[in-house]
Amino acid sequence: MTETAIEAAALGKRFGRRGKWALRDCALKLPAGHVCAVVGPNGAGKSTLLAVAAGLLKPTEGALTVLGTHPTEARPRLAYVAQDKPLHPQLTVAATLRLGRELNPGHWDATVAERVVRQGDLDPKARVRSLSGGQRTRVALALALGKRPELLLLDEPMADLDPLARHELMGTLLAEAAENGTTVVMSSHVVAELEGSCDFLLLLGAGRVRLAGPLEDLLAAHTLITGPAGALTGLAPHTVVESRTTGRQLTALLRPAGPLDDVWQTAAPSLEELVLAHLRSPEAPALLLDATATKEAAA
Amino acid sequence: MVEFRIDRRTGVATYVQIVQQTKQALRLGLLEPGDKLPTAREVVEATAINPNTVLKAYRELEREGLVEARRGLGTFVRRSLGAAPADSPLRAELSDWTARAHAAGLDRDDVAALFASVLDEQFHNGQFGDGRFHDEQRFNNTKGEQA
Repeated sequence: MTETAIEAAALGKRFGRRGKWALRDCALKLPAGHVCAVVGPNGAGKSTLLAVAAGLLKPTEGALTVLGTHPTEARPRLAYVAQDKPLHPQLTVAATLRLGRELNPGHWDATVAERVVRQGDLDPKARVRSLSGGQRTRVALALALGKRPELLLLDEPMADLDPLARHELMGTLLAEAAENGTTVVMSSHVVAELEGSCDFLLLLGAGRVRLAGPLEDLLAAHTLITGPAGALTGLAPHTVVESRTTGRQLTALLRPAGPLDDVWQTAAPSLEELVLAHLRSPEAPALLLDATATKEAAA
Repeated sequence: MVEFRIDRRTGVATYVQIVQQTKQALRLGLLEPGDKLPTAREVVEATAINPNTVLKAYRELEREGLVEARRGLGTFVRRSLGAAPADSPLRAELSDWTARAHAAGLDRDDVAALFASVLDEQFHNGQFGDGRFHDEQRFNNTKGEQA
Protein backbone atom coordinates (compact mmCIF):
# COMPACT_ATOMS: atom_id res chain seq x y z
CA MET A 1 0.00 0.00 0.00
CA THR A 2 1.19 3.52 -0.80
CA GLU A 3 2.35 5.70 2.08
CA THR A 4 0.79 8.93 0.84
CA ALA A 5 -2.87 9.01 -0.13
CA ILE A 6 -2.98 12.50 -1.62
CA GLU A 7 -0.17 14.94 -2.30
CA ALA A 8 -0.58 18.31 -3.94
CA ALA A 9 1.89 21.07 -4.75
CA ALA A 10 1.03 24.57 -5.99
CA LEU A 11 -2.29 23.15 -7.12
CA GLY A 12 -4.64 25.57 -8.85
CA LYS A 13 -7.93 25.15 -10.66
CA ARG A 14 -9.78 27.82 -12.58
CA PHE A 15 -13.01 27.32 -14.46
CA GLY A 16 -12.79 29.10 -17.81
CA ARG A 17 -10.01 31.35 -18.97
CA ARG A 18 -11.11 34.40 -17.01
CA GLY A 19 -13.03 32.63 -14.28
CA LYS A 20 -12.30 32.84 -10.58
CA TRP A 21 -9.76 30.49 -9.09
CA ALA A 22 -11.60 27.70 -7.30
CA LEU A 23 -8.29 26.47 -5.88
CA ARG A 24 -5.01 28.33 -5.73
CA ASP A 25 -1.53 27.50 -4.40
CA CYS A 26 -2.74 24.42 -2.57
CA ALA A 27 -0.07 22.31 -0.96
CA LEU A 28 -1.01 19.33 1.13
CA LYS A 29 0.11 15.86 2.03
CA LEU A 30 -2.33 13.35 3.41
CA PRO A 31 -0.69 10.16 4.68
CA ALA A 32 -2.56 6.91 4.04
CA GLY A 33 -4.76 5.40 6.72
CA HIS A 34 -6.27 8.62 8.01
CA VAL A 35 -9.86 9.75 8.10
CA CYS A 36 -9.62 13.29 6.81
CA ALA A 37 -12.28 15.98 7.12
CA VAL A 38 -12.39 18.64 4.42
CA VAL A 39 -14.07 21.68 5.92
CA GLY A 40 -14.73 25.16 4.62
CA PRO A 41 -17.46 27.67 3.72
CA ASN A 42 -19.45 27.44 0.49
CA GLY A 43 -17.23 28.09 -2.49
CA ALA A 44 -14.04 27.29 -0.58
CA GLY A 45 -13.00 24.68 -3.14
CA LYS A 46 -13.89 21.49 -1.27
CA SER A 47 -15.78 19.84 -4.13
CA THR A 48 -13.21 21.00 -6.67
CA LEU A 49 -10.40 19.46 -4.65
CA LEU A 50 -12.23 16.14 -4.34
CA ALA A 51 -13.06 16.08 -8.06
CA VAL A 52 -9.43 16.81 -8.96
CA ALA A 53 -8.32 13.99 -6.65
CA ALA A 54 -10.85 11.67 -8.30
CA GLY A 55 -9.34 12.51 -11.68
CA LEU A 56 -12.55 14.09 -12.96
CA LEU A 57 -11.11 17.60 -13.23
CA LYS A 58 -7.72 18.57 -14.61
CA PRO A 59 -5.71 21.05 -12.55
CA THR A 60 -5.06 24.38 -14.28
CA GLU A 61 -1.64 24.59 -12.65
CA GLY A 62 0.47 22.58 -10.25
CA ALA A 63 0.13 18.89 -9.65
CA LEU A 64 -1.73 16.40 -7.51
CA THR A 65 -0.90 12.74 -7.07
CA VAL A 66 -3.15 10.12 -5.59
CA LEU A 67 -1.80 6.88 -4.07
CA GLY A 68 1.58 7.80 -5.53
CA THR A 69 0.37 8.18 -9.09
CA HIS A 70 -1.76 10.25 -11.45
CA PRO A 71 -5.44 10.34 -10.38
CA THR A 72 -6.63 8.66 -13.61
CA GLU A 73 -4.11 5.83 -13.07
CA ALA A 74 -5.28 5.39 -9.51
CA ARG A 75 -8.95 5.22 -10.43
CA PRO A 76 -9.35 1.45 -9.98
CA ARG A 77 -8.06 1.88 -6.40
CA LEU A 78 -10.22 4.81 -5.39
CA ALA A 79 -13.92 5.43 -4.99
CA TYR A 80 -15.60 8.81 -5.28
CA VAL A 81 -19.13 9.74 -4.30
CA ALA A 82 -20.12 13.12 -5.70
CA GLN A 83 -22.36 15.49 -3.81
CA ASP A 84 -25.44 14.77 -5.96
CA LYS A 85 -24.89 10.97 -5.77
CA PRO A 86 -25.20 10.23 -9.49
CA LEU A 87 -26.79 6.82 -10.08
CA HIS A 88 -28.79 5.36 -12.96
CA PRO A 89 -32.39 6.21 -12.07
CA GLN A 90 -33.88 3.39 -14.16
CA LEU A 91 -31.85 0.62 -12.50
CA THR A 92 -33.14 -1.25 -9.49
CA VAL A 93 -31.09 -1.37 -6.29
CA ALA A 94 -30.10 -4.98 -7.05
CA ALA A 95 -29.12 -4.09 -10.63
CA THR A 96 -27.03 -1.16 -9.36
CA LEU A 97 -25.09 -3.50 -7.09
CA ARG A 98 -24.67 -5.93 -9.99
CA LEU A 99 -23.30 -3.05 -12.05
CA GLY A 100 -20.77 -2.45 -9.28
CA ARG A 101 -19.79 -6.11 -9.36
CA GLU A 102 -19.38 -6.24 -13.15
CA LEU A 103 -17.47 -2.95 -13.32
CA ASN A 104 -15.06 -4.01 -10.57
CA PRO A 105 -14.08 -7.55 -11.53
CA GLY A 106 -11.83 -9.24 -9.00
CA HIS A 107 -12.20 -6.74 -6.18
CA TRP A 108 -15.93 -6.45 -5.54
CA ASP A 109 -17.07 -7.13 -1.99
CA ALA A 110 -20.73 -8.12 -2.34
CA THR A 111 -21.12 -8.77 1.39
CA VAL A 112 -20.35 -5.19 2.39
CA ALA A 113 -22.42 -3.65 -0.40
CA GLU A 114 -25.42 -5.81 0.43
CA ARG A 115 -25.12 -5.19 4.14
CA VAL A 116 -25.16 -1.41 3.67
CA VAL A 117 -28.27 -1.69 1.52
CA ARG A 118 -29.97 -4.15 3.88
CA GLN A 119 -29.34 -1.91 6.94
CA GLY A 120 -31.50 0.71 5.27
CA ASP A 121 -34.40 -1.70 4.61
CA LEU A 122 -34.17 -1.02 0.90
CA ASP A 123 -36.18 -3.22 -1.45
CA PRO A 124 -33.67 -4.68 -3.92
CA LYS A 125 -36.36 -4.50 -6.60
CA ALA A 126 -37.04 -0.78 -6.09
CA ARG A 127 -35.85 1.51 -8.86
CA VAL A 128 -33.29 4.15 -7.91
CA ARG A 129 -35.56 6.99 -9.14
CA SER A 130 -38.23 5.96 -6.62
CA LEU A 131 -35.81 6.29 -3.68
CA SER A 132 -35.52 9.25 -1.34
CA GLY A 133 -32.35 11.33 -1.24
CA GLY A 134 -31.11 9.56 1.87
CA GLN A 135 -31.80 6.13 0.40
CA ARG A 136 -29.89 7.08 -2.75
CA THR A 137 -26.96 8.12 -0.57
CA ARG A 138 -27.04 4.67 0.97
CA VAL A 139 -26.93 2.96 -2.44
CA ALA A 140 -24.09 5.23 -3.57
CA LEU A 141 -22.11 4.46 -0.40
CA ALA A 142 -22.80 0.73 -0.88
CA LEU A 143 -21.29 0.96 -4.37
CA ALA A 144 -18.28 2.89 -3.09
CA LEU A 145 -17.60 0.50 -0.19
CA GLY A 146 -18.22 -2.59 -2.33
CA LYS A 147 -15.36 -1.51 -4.54
CA ARG A 148 -12.96 -2.01 -1.60
CA PRO A 149 -11.02 1.14 -2.44
CA GLU A 150 -7.70 2.20 -0.95
CA LEU A 151 -8.94 5.78 -1.01
CA LEU A 152 -12.53 6.83 -0.48
CA LEU A 153 -13.48 10.36 -1.54
CA LEU A 154 -16.86 11.51 -0.24
CA ASP A 155 -18.35 14.90 -1.05
CA GLU A 156 -20.89 15.87 1.64
CA PRO A 157 -21.80 12.21 2.14
CA MET A 158 -24.11 12.56 5.11
CA ALA A 159 -26.00 15.74 4.21
CA ASP A 160 -29.39 14.15 3.42
CA LEU A 161 -29.40 11.31 5.94
CA ASP A 162 -31.51 11.20 9.06
CA PRO A 163 -29.56 11.16 12.38
CA LEU A 164 -29.89 7.41 12.87
CA ALA A 165 -28.83 6.53 9.32
CA ARG A 166 -25.98 9.03 9.62
CA HIS A 167 -24.65 7.43 12.78
CA GLU A 168 -25.10 3.93 11.39
CA LEU A 169 -23.47 4.64 8.02
CA MET A 170 -20.61 6.55 9.60
CA GLY A 171 -20.02 3.56 11.87
CA THR A 172 -20.07 1.13 8.95
CA LEU A 173 -17.82 3.41 6.93
CA LEU A 174 -15.22 3.77 9.67
CA ALA A 175 -15.34 0.08 10.56
CA GLU A 176 -14.71 -0.90 6.93
CA ALA A 177 -11.97 1.70 6.71
CA ALA A 178 -10.34 0.35 9.87
CA GLU A 179 -10.43 -3.22 8.65
CA ASN A 180 -9.03 -2.54 5.20
CA GLY A 181 -6.74 0.39 6.01
CA THR A 182 -8.79 2.63 3.71
CA THR A 183 -8.01 6.33 3.66
CA VAL A 184 -11.22 8.34 3.86
CA VAL A 185 -11.54 11.95 2.77
CA MET A 186 -14.90 13.55 3.36
CA SER A 187 -16.15 17.08 3.07
CA SER A 188 -18.82 18.41 5.38
CA HIS A 189 -20.44 21.57 6.68
CA VAL A 190 -21.42 20.00 9.96
CA VAL A 191 -18.20 20.36 11.89
CA ALA A 192 -19.48 19.01 15.20
CA GLU A 193 -20.34 15.62 13.74
CA LEU A 194 -16.83 15.17 12.36
CA GLU A 195 -15.30 15.51 15.81
CA GLY A 196 -14.36 12.07 17.01
CA SER A 197 -14.66 10.53 13.55
CA CYS A 198 -11.77 12.28 11.85
CA ASP A 199 -8.11 12.34 12.77
CA PHE A 200 -6.89 14.66 10.02
CA LEU A 201 -8.19 18.11 9.15
CA LEU A 202 -8.06 20.12 5.97
CA LEU A 203 -9.63 23.55 6.24
CA LEU A 204 -10.09 25.38 2.96
CA GLY A 205 -10.99 29.03 2.54
CA ALA A 206 -11.31 30.96 -0.70
CA GLY A 207 -9.51 28.23 -2.63
CA ARG A 208 -6.54 28.05 -0.29
CA VAL A 209 -5.44 25.67 2.44
CA ARG A 210 -5.93 27.39 5.80
CA LEU A 211 -5.21 24.48 8.14
CA ALA A 212 -3.88 21.03 7.35
CA GLY A 213 -2.50 18.33 9.59
CA PRO A 214 -3.31 15.67 12.18
CA LEU A 215 -6.30 16.95 14.13
CA GLU A 216 -4.71 16.38 17.53
CA ASP A 217 -1.60 18.34 16.57
CA LEU A 218 -3.64 21.19 15.12
CA LEU A 219 -5.74 21.41 18.28
CA ALA A 220 -2.63 21.25 20.45
CA ALA A 221 -1.08 24.12 18.49
CA HIS A 222 -3.93 26.44 19.50
CA THR A 223 -5.08 27.83 22.84
CA LEU A 224 -8.24 29.69 23.79
CA ILE A 225 -7.58 32.51 26.22
CA THR A 226 -9.68 34.93 28.20
CA GLY A 227 -8.41 37.91 30.15
CA PRO A 228 -8.50 41.69 30.54
CA ALA A 229 -8.89 43.59 27.26
CA GLY A 230 -5.96 45.86 28.10
CA ALA A 231 -3.51 42.95 28.01
CA LEU A 232 -3.90 42.46 24.24
CA THR A 233 -0.60 44.20 23.51
CA GLY A 234 1.25 41.58 25.58
CA LEU A 235 0.29 38.95 23.05
CA ALA A 236 2.75 40.22 20.45
CA PRO A 237 5.02 37.15 20.21
CA HIS A 238 2.06 34.82 19.64
CA THR A 239 -0.01 34.42 16.49
CA VAL A 240 -3.50 35.71 17.22
CA VAL A 241 -5.99 33.91 14.98
CA GLU A 242 -9.03 35.73 16.30
CA SER A 243 -9.73 38.08 19.18
CA ARG A 244 -12.97 39.54 20.45
CA THR A 245 -13.55 42.11 23.17
CA THR A 246 -16.72 42.16 25.26
CA GLY A 247 -16.67 45.02 27.74
CA ARG A 248 -13.41 44.65 29.65
CA GLN A 249 -12.95 41.01 28.71
CA LEU A 250 -10.96 39.70 25.80
CA THR A 251 -11.37 36.25 24.27
CA ALA A 252 -8.88 35.05 21.69
CA LEU A 253 -7.69 31.99 19.86
CA LEU A 254 -3.91 31.91 19.59
CA ARG A 255 -1.04 29.85 18.38
CA PRO A 256 1.27 30.33 21.35
CA ALA A 257 4.92 30.86 20.53
CA GLY A 258 6.00 30.23 24.11
CA PRO A 259 4.66 30.37 27.66
CA LEU A 260 1.67 32.67 28.20
CA ASP A 261 1.38 35.43 30.75
CA ASP A 262 -0.40 34.56 34.03
CA VAL A 263 -3.21 37.08 33.42
CA TRP A 264 -4.72 34.73 30.84
CA GLN A 265 -7.05 31.87 31.56
CA THR A 266 -6.37 29.20 29.02
CA ALA A 267 -8.44 26.36 27.59
CA ALA A 268 -8.02 23.84 24.81
CA PRO A 269 -10.26 24.62 21.82
CA SER A 270 -12.71 22.11 20.37
CA LEU A 271 -12.68 21.29 16.67
CA GLU A 272 -15.68 23.54 16.15
CA GLU A 273 -14.06 26.47 17.96
CA LEU A 274 -10.88 26.02 15.94
CA VAL A 275 -12.74 25.95 12.62
CA LEU A 276 -15.12 28.81 13.42
CA ALA A 277 -12.32 31.09 14.60
CA HIS A 278 -10.48 30.53 11.34
CA LEU A 279 -13.60 31.02 9.23
CA ARG A 280 -14.33 34.32 10.99
CA SER A 281 -10.78 35.55 10.38
CA PRO A 282 -9.91 34.88 6.74
CA GLU A 283 -6.69 36.89 7.09
CA ALA A 284 -5.19 34.63 9.78
CA PRO A 285 -2.02 32.91 8.52
CA ALA A 286 -2.27 29.33 7.32
CA LEU A 287 -0.87 26.49 9.41
CA LEU A 288 0.29 23.29 7.77
CA LEU A 289 1.55 20.53 10.01
CA ASP A 290 3.32 17.59 8.50
CA ALA A 291 2.15 14.28 9.93
CA THR A 292 5.54 12.57 9.92
CA ALA A 293 7.51 15.61 11.05
CA THR A 294 5.40 16.15 14.15
CA LYS A 295 5.53 12.47 15.07
CA GLU A 296 9.32 12.48 14.89
CA ALA A 297 9.46 15.62 16.98
CA ALA A 298 7.27 14.04 19.63
CA ALA A 299 9.31 10.84 19.79
CA MET B 1 -18.25 -7.64 27.11
CA VAL B 2 -18.75 -3.94 27.67
CA GLU B 3 -20.28 -1.23 25.55
CA PHE B 4 -18.69 2.20 25.43
CA ARG B 5 -20.74 5.37 25.63
CA ILE B 6 -19.02 8.28 23.94
CA ASP B 7 -20.06 11.77 24.96
CA ARG B 8 -18.80 14.27 22.41
CA ARG B 9 -19.65 17.31 24.51
CA THR B 10 -17.76 16.66 27.72
CA GLY B 11 -14.43 17.94 26.47
CA VAL B 12 -12.85 14.73 27.81
CA ALA B 13 -10.78 13.20 24.99
CA THR B 14 -12.58 10.26 23.41
CA TYR B 15 -9.79 7.81 24.11
CA VAL B 16 -9.77 8.86 27.77
CA GLN B 17 -13.50 8.12 27.95
CA ILE B 18 -12.85 4.58 26.74
CA VAL B 19 -10.02 4.10 29.24
CA GLN B 20 -12.16 5.42 32.11
CA GLN B 21 -15.17 3.32 31.19
CA THR B 22 -13.05 0.19 30.95
CA LYS B 23 -11.55 0.87 34.38
CA GLN B 24 -14.99 1.50 35.80
CA ALA B 25 -16.16 -1.86 34.40
CA LEU B 26 -13.09 -3.52 35.96
CA ARG B 27 -13.80 -1.98 39.36
CA LEU B 28 -17.43 -2.99 39.31
CA GLY B 29 -16.56 -6.51 38.25
CA LEU B 30 -18.37 -6.16 34.91
CA LEU B 31 -15.07 -7.10 33.31
CA GLU B 32 -12.91 -9.84 34.78
CA PRO B 33 -9.49 -11.26 33.90
CA GLY B 34 -9.77 -13.30 30.71
CA ASP B 35 -12.71 -11.30 29.36
CA LYS B 36 -12.41 -9.98 25.84
CA LEU B 37 -12.80 -6.30 25.04
CA PRO B 38 -14.86 -5.45 21.95
CA THR B 39 -12.73 -5.26 18.81
CA ALA B 40 -11.88 -1.86 17.40
CA ARG B 41 -14.22 -2.66 14.54
CA GLU B 42 -17.12 -3.36 16.88
CA VAL B 43 -16.54 -0.16 18.84
CA VAL B 44 -16.23 1.92 15.69
CA GLU B 45 -19.33 0.39 14.18
CA ALA B 46 -21.38 1.13 17.29
CA THR B 47 -20.07 4.61 18.07
CA ALA B 48 -18.84 6.06 14.74
CA ILE B 49 -15.59 7.23 16.32
CA ASN B 50 -12.22 7.08 14.65
CA PRO B 51 -10.62 3.61 14.77
CA ASN B 52 -7.25 5.06 15.77
CA THR B 53 -8.90 6.46 18.91
CA VAL B 54 -9.97 2.99 20.03
CA LEU B 55 -6.51 1.59 19.36
CA LYS B 56 -4.96 4.45 21.32
CA ALA B 57 -7.22 3.71 24.32
CA TYR B 58 -6.38 0.00 24.19
CA ARG B 59 -2.66 0.78 24.00
CA GLU B 60 -3.02 2.96 27.07
CA LEU B 61 -4.81 0.17 28.96
CA GLU B 62 -2.11 -2.23 27.84
CA ARG B 63 0.62 0.13 29.02
CA GLU B 64 -1.01 0.16 32.44
CA GLY B 65 -0.94 -3.62 32.45
CA LEU B 66 -4.72 -3.97 32.60
CA VAL B 67 -5.23 -5.68 29.26
CA GLU B 68 -3.14 -7.54 26.72
CA ALA B 69 -3.47 -7.80 22.97
CA ARG B 70 -3.25 -11.35 21.67
CA ARG B 71 -2.36 -11.35 18.02
CA GLY B 72 -5.26 -12.31 15.82
CA LEU B 73 -7.51 -13.02 18.80
CA GLY B 74 -8.30 -9.66 20.30
CA THR B 75 -7.67 -7.68 23.48
CA PHE B 76 -8.16 -9.44 26.81
CA VAL B 77 -8.37 -8.31 30.42
CA ARG B 78 -5.26 -9.24 32.40
CA ARG B 79 -6.10 -8.07 35.85
CA SER B 80 -8.92 -6.50 37.76
CA LEU B 81 -9.05 -3.20 39.57
CA GLY B 82 -10.11 -2.53 43.13
CA ALA B 83 -9.95 -5.01 45.98
CA ALA B 84 -13.58 -4.93 47.01
CA PRO B 85 -15.75 -7.19 44.88
CA ALA B 86 -19.45 -7.27 45.58
CA ASP B 87 -19.32 -10.29 47.91
CA SER B 88 -16.20 -9.41 49.94
CA PRO B 89 -16.16 -9.42 53.79
CA LEU B 90 -15.44 -5.69 53.64
CA ARG B 91 -18.71 -5.13 51.89
CA ALA B 92 -20.53 -7.19 54.52
CA GLU B 93 -18.97 -5.10 57.30
CA LEU B 94 -19.95 -1.90 55.57
CA SER B 95 -23.42 -3.28 55.10
CA ASP B 96 -23.68 -3.99 58.87
CA TRP B 97 -22.35 -0.57 59.69
CA THR B 98 -24.84 1.11 57.35
CA ALA B 99 -27.69 -0.83 58.91
CA ARG B 100 -26.56 0.36 62.36
CA ALA B 101 -26.31 3.95 61.12
CA HIS B 102 -29.80 3.69 59.73
CA ALA B 103 -31.09 2.23 63.02
CA ALA B 104 -29.43 5.13 64.84
CA GLY B 105 -31.62 7.52 62.89
CA LEU B 106 -29.26 8.64 60.11
CA ASP B 107 -30.87 9.07 56.71
CA ARG B 108 -29.25 8.33 53.39
CA ASP B 109 -27.67 11.75 52.93
CA ASP B 110 -26.28 11.71 56.50
CA VAL B 111 -24.69 8.33 55.85
CA ALA B 112 -23.27 9.48 52.52
CA ALA B 113 -21.83 12.65 54.07
CA LEU B 114 -20.30 10.72 56.96
CA PHE B 115 -18.82 8.17 54.60
CA ALA B 116 -17.43 10.86 52.30
CA SER B 117 -15.80 12.71 55.18
CA VAL B 118 -14.14 9.52 56.46
CA LEU B 119 -12.95 8.81 52.92
CA ASP B 120 -11.44 12.29 52.67
CA GLU B 121 -9.71 11.82 56.00
CA GLN B 122 -8.31 8.38 55.16
CA PHE B 123 -7.39 9.04 51.57
CA HIS B 124 -6.10 12.61 51.97
CA ASN B 125 -8.37 14.25 49.43
CA GLY B 126 -8.06 12.37 46.21
CA GLN B 127 -4.65 10.89 46.84
CA PHE B 128 -5.83 7.77 45.07
CA GLY B 129 -7.41 9.61 42.15
CA ASP B 130 -11.05 10.50 41.93
CA GLY B 131 -11.98 7.42 39.93
CA ARG B 132 -11.68 5.32 43.05
CA PHE B 133 -13.58 7.83 45.09
CA HIS B 134 -16.53 7.85 42.67
CA ASP B 135 -16.47 4.12 42.71
CA GLU B 136 -16.75 3.96 46.46
CA GLN B 137 -19.44 6.59 46.40
CA ARG B 138 -21.45 4.49 44.00
CA PHE B 139 -20.88 1.50 46.26
CA ASN B 140 -22.22 3.59 49.09
CA ASN B 141 -25.25 4.62 47.06
CA THR B 142 -26.24 1.05 46.29
CA LYS B 143 -25.99 0.33 50.00
CA GLY B 144 -28.36 3.15 50.74
CA GLU B 145 -30.93 1.74 48.38
CA GLN B 146 -30.79 -1.66 50.01
CA ALA B 147 -30.95 -0.37 53.53
